[in-house]
Amino acid sequence: MKDFSELNAIQLDALKEISNIGAGNAATSLSLMLGRKIDMSVPKANIAPFNQIMNYLGGAESEVAGGYMRVDGESPMGILFLIPKDQVYFFIDLIFGQPLGTTQDLNEMHFSALKEIVNILAGSYLNALSAFTQQVYSPSVPALAIDMAGAILGEVLQQIGEFSDYALVIENVFIEQERHISGHFFLLPEPKTLELLLRTLGVL
Amino acid sequence: MTTEPIKVGMADLRAAPAPLTLITTGLGSCVGVCLWDPITKVGGLAHIMLPDSTQSRSIQNKAKYADTGVTLLIEEMVKLGAQKGRLVAKIAGGAQMFNFPGASNVMRIGERNTEAVKKCLEQEKIKILAEDTGGNFGRTIEFSTTNGQLLIKTISKGEKVV
Repeated sequence: MKDFSELNAIQLDALKEISNIGAGNAATSLSLMLGRKIDMSVPKANIAPFNQIMNYLGGAESEVAGGYMRVDGESPMGILFLIPKDQVYFFIDLIFGQPLGTTQDLNEMHFSALKEIVNILAGSYLNALSAFTQQVYSPSVPALAIDMAGAILGEVLQQIGEFSDYALVIENVFIEQERHISGHFFLLPEPKTLELLLRTLGVL
Repeated sequence: MTTEPIKVGMADLRAAPAPLTLITTGLGSCVGVCLWDPITKVGGLAHIMLPDSTQSRSIQNKAKYADTGVTLLIEEMVKLGAQKGRLVAKIAGGAQMFNFPGASNVMRIGERNTEAVKKCLEQEKIKILAEDTGGNFGRTIEFSTTNGQLLIKTISKGEKVV
């Protein structure tokens, strides 16, 4: 396989399926952490050239909080968790068990808490993936940025840019029903990681 | 006459004659290169993603890299009547959105993109009239082919025209 653009429907379905398992694990962790029921959407797997990828994210200019972790080694990939800016404060309130609407501004402690959320989500996701592939994933510490979605995703995509003109974005949305708070979880595998995944799944 | 601005996506480039406006949204560590011929009023915008095509395994898309992107942008503009010797440049972007503790050189891609773009422009003997690069924030830029003005919008640092 040379490029993401060559993936077929069966391969995409297989990727969605493992992502579903990974995200299910992550949703359980999130639910335990927040003490609330967390639902999750049917995963989406999109392949698009770089110049179109932003269309899947609700526009490059929308303001988001983005937590980013890199996995190096045998299976390099990027993990990105995006929360729309207007929902970040609610997220913080949930984490700290405060009445919704308490947080009006972000401080260092909030930043740490958001990073920890990303850490736990990515950890549970990767654990599930690991059980499947028998690979050990060692993610970096999370980094956090609050800015335009395009600027944040662009930096993540640069890692893939050296290998491909297309990005494969596997997306899971976590939803807190009561207040409709949603977070978007993205897995961005590099080409060689994708090959390994597909081989393990028996669809390559 | 109102015309919709022409959108330039990531790792993409476009050239256009006046009075069109070229826009690229959400530049992070990518660099937006704007070239303009003040006489024929032909403008061009490239959304550069990576510094060097020679380091890469996939160079199908020339607009992605500083070296091949700048060259291709000039070619596209010349096709629309621009004269290479008259071109002037304005550049923006090259930020570092994420700060990893102990980040290596490889991670400072914004800085490397900016350096690579400047080097290419110097080689092509194109003067940089304005530069707004670095920092840790995203930029959206709008380039007017009518007057060569570049509007730079950010979320946390306001707007400016260079």
